[in-house]
This record gives sequence, C-alpha cells and structure tokens, in this order.
Amino acid sequence: MKKAYQKAWFLVLPVLLLVAFNALIPMMTVVNYSVQETFGNNLFFWEGLGWFEKLLNSDRFHAALGRQFMFTGLILVIEVPLGIAIALAMPRQGIWVPFFLVTMALPMLIPWNVVGAMWNIFTLPDIGLLGYFMNHTLGIDYDMTQNPFAAWVTIITMDVWHWTSLVVLLSYAGLVSIPDAYYQAAKIDGATRWAVFRYIQLPKMKQVLTIAILLRFMDSFNIYTEIFVLTGGGPGNSTTLLSIDLVKIALGQFDLGPAAAMSLIYFAITLLISWLFYTLMTKDDLK
Amino acid sequence: MTQPKMRMSILIPILYTLFLMLPIYWLVAMSFKTTGEILSGFSLFPQTWTFDNYRVIFTDPTWYWGYINSIIYVSLNTVISVTVALPAAYAFSRYSFLGDKHLFFWLLTNRMAPAAVFALPFFQLYSAVELFDTHLAVALAHCLFNIPLAVWILEGFMGGVPKELDETAAVDGYSFPRFFVTIFLPSIKAGVGVAAFFCFMFSWVELLLAKTLTAVAAKPIAATMTKTASSAGYELGLLAAAGTLTIIPGAIVIYFVRNYIAKGFALGRV
Repeated sequence: MKKAYQKAWFLVLPVLLLVAFNALIPMMTVVNYSVQETFGNNLFFWEGLGWFEKLLNSDRFHAALGRQFMFTGLILVIEVPLGIAIALAMPRQGIWVPFFLVTMALPMLIPWNVVGAMWNIFTLPDIGLLGYFMNHTLGIDYDMTQNPFAAWVTIITMDVWHWTSLVVLLSYAGLVSIPDAYYQAAKIDGATRWAVFRYIQLPKMKQVLTIAILLRFMDSFNIYTEIFVLTGGGPGNSTTLLSIDLVKIALGQFDLGPAAAMSLIYFAITLLISWLFYTLMTKDDLK
Repeated sequence: MTQPKMRMSILIPILYTLFLMLPIYWLVAMSFKTTGEILSGFSLFPQTWTFDNYRVIFTDPTWYWGYINSIIYVSLNTVISVTVALPAAYAFSRYSFLGDKHLFFWLLTNRMAPAAVFALPFFQLYSAVELFDTHLAVALAHCLFNIPLAVWILEGFMGGVPKELDETAAVDGYSFPRFFVTIFLPSIKAGVGVAAFFCFMFSWVELLLAKTLTAVAAKPIAATMTKTASSAGYELGLLAAAGTLTIIPGAIVIYFVRNYIAKGFALGRV
C-alpha cells in the first residue's frame, strides 16, 4: 500500500505544467476552430456543431475512416503474431542475441520520412530492388503509383518492416523474465509445446503485449509521414488514411473549421478504442 | 527444448533480420551511385563508386546544419524529458495522492493525439510565445509525447526498488534531494538509460512538428531532405546519402543501450 501524501503533487508539477502547456492550449485552439467558420482575414463566424454534423454524414470521412481501420486492423493481425513467433524463435543467450537486438531495433530509429523515402527507392519499378525483382524476375506487374492493390501491399509491408520489431523486443523481454524452473516443471509434467506457450509463456508476455498492442494501435492509427512520403495518399485516394485526409483539409485547403472538427472526432475515436483495449486487457488483473 | 530444434528455429530471426536489412542495403547502395547510374537502369552493386553525394552533404551548410539542428533539439528534449519525469515518476511509484490515477492516464492519452491535429495550433502557440524557429520550441513540443513515456518507463523501474531503501536513508539523516541524487538515482541507472533512449528515438524520428515549428535557424535534417527532394529535381543519390546518415546516430545510441532495450518495457507497469 502506498503512503498517502498530498505534497507529492509538487513532484509532479513540472511534468504537469509542461505537458499541459503542449496539450491543453493547442487542444483549446482546436475546439475553438471546430465551432467556427472562417473566410480568412481573421474573421470568424459561429458555426455551432455544424461541422461535426456534416463530417459525420460525409462519405469522404467514412471512406478515410474505413481505410484507417483496415490499415490498423491488418498491421495488428500481421505484426502481433509475427512478432511473438520471432521472439519465441530467438535464442535466449549467446553471441547472436546482441546482434539480433541491435539490427531489429534499427528500423525504429530511422526518421519517418526517411522510411518513406527508403521504401520509395526500394520499390521503384525499374530501378528499385523490390520493384525490379517483382517486375523483371518474377514477371508480376508491380507499380504502386498505378495500382491501388500494390500500394496497399507496399504500405502494409513497410509498416511490418518498420514496427514488427517493437512487438518482438517487448515479447522477448517478457520471455527472458521466465525462470528456467518453470520450463523444467513443465517438462516433468509432460506438457506439450502448445501447453507451455499457452500456460507459461503467454501469461508472462501478457503485460508487455498489452503495451505493444496499445502502442502499435495508437501509432498506426495516427500514421502520417511514412505513407505521405511513400504514396502521398494515392493512387487516387486509395491510401488516403485519416491523418493524410486531415492534413489535406487543414493545410492544403486551409478549411480550419472542418479540419478541427475532424481532429476532435479522430482523437475521440483513438481515445475510446485505446481505453477499451486497456480495460479489456487488464480486466483479469483487477479482479 | 532440444538442441537441434533450437538450431532450426534460429533461422526465423535470421530471415527476419535479412528482410530488415534489404531496404537499408538498397538505400546505402544507392548513396554510392552516381545519378547517371541510378537513372540508367538496375544494378545490384554500385558499378562506379562515388562519394560525391556525401561530399555535397559535408560541404553544404544547409545540409550539415540540418544534422546539427536535429541533434541539438533531440538532446535538449531528452534532457528536459528525463529530468522532469524523474521526480514525477518517483511520486507515482511511492505515494498515493488526490487524482494520481487519472493524472497518469491523462498523461498517456497525450500519445494518442495525432500530431497532424496539433501542427497548426502548435505553430500559433510557439509563434505567440516567440519561440518559433528555435531549438527549444521543437524540444518543448516533443515533450508532449516523450514526457508521458519517460514517466511510464521510469515509474516501472522505480517500482522495482524496495521502499526500505528510502526509509533507511531517511533514518540515516539524508535529506530528500541528497538521497534522490546520491542513492536513488544510481540504483535506477538502467531505467534512466532506457528512458533516455526512447526519448531520443521518438524525438529523432518525428518530422511533422519539427518541420512545422522551424523555418531556417533550427531546421531539422529531415525537413532539408524533403525540400531537396522536391526542389532540386529528383536527386536520388543525394537523398539516399542523406537518409543513410540519419541512420547512424540511432545505430550508435542502440549500440550503447543494447543490453537494456529488452528489459526496458518489461519492468514497466500496465
């Protein structure tokens, strides 16, 4: 039991002030814009909840939201099992371990626009390694600037390349914390490989997997730079996810009102789903 | 688990790391090719090695200042984030106070706001306080998502330190600041390292806010790259060289914390 001590607030104060400065003031600006209409020149008119109503009924928003869910759903379904599988196959000790950890962490430390540029160079149909291989060696017609399906395969592959390591590193951290005695006990009981995974390894990984899934959900739902650099949302609108559409409206067309309303709905959806994940996955611990 | 099975399963991480290396290899290979070679067709290795792309970057101030600017604001952000997160994480790990749980969750929610949402308001806010186009502006803005993360990680590590340590120090007559710096901090060294690593990482890779908050004086390398990509035709070789150089600071930092990465989040709380 922790000691109740109200003066602990003073220790939290610097964090509170810095984060509040960055979070609350811009958020209030967004709220302010979301209920107004502007024609430039700093002239604003009251719009009430009009933007929210229009947005929630607009096909464009529904389409972008649908693409966003599809993207996030696909990458979670691929990255989480793949990450767990790789973590399980990793050796627990030896000279390979630091090598694997360093190379696996590398993609996560590359600036996001460089990731986009790198995949662009990689997939160019005639001069990129992957593009050349697909088109000239395998004879598959592959050009992500023309074909929406190819564009989708590319953005999903890019995200798998970029972020699966996060799931691997976190799962691996959970796995190495399991004492050897557990495995020996399982061996004596004659447990199958599946039983070891289901009843020893998975429960131990649950904490870190919760973090992994939450972080992957939040970051993939907010993804912008990589996809913007790689496809620019195209071909057509096929890879225009929510944030790309949002920036198009806010900075491209300078429609501050609708963009602000969209931001708030976007934020609310992220918050709601994260909270659901969080409560669902920690439910057992609270009992 | 038997020995032969272990040997077979090591193929999975090997194949995975190969997959990770392919696009990076291509970027590095591109950076040593001449523009003529790149555009003339496909070649697996550079046919004529050239260092011209790198020479341009190291001799042109707009290029190399991009790197210096990025490193300045990333370091500044890492120092600020970890410094203010330390006492807060201590408070969360040792005491219960009014609204502590709500505050903790609220901090985490700041990671969920899409940066795209904040771009314009951030520009207005930092222009209003006259910090626009300074390193400090970017460093402070990145605190939005780095402080919550640092608090989260540090709190996990501090939870692993027995409370008896604090009590013994108090009995021995240590003042709180002295105890914190000379006894407590050394015992969570690994946690500070991991928190700093993650702050460095997320500040280094972020572009949208960094680009929004700077114009000339504090322009990050990533923004210099996007500008070059669009203005100077499409100089793939130069772009590839600049991209390759952005990987290096990250690689150095990972090398130093390699033994702690795996542990980093494992001790964190959920």
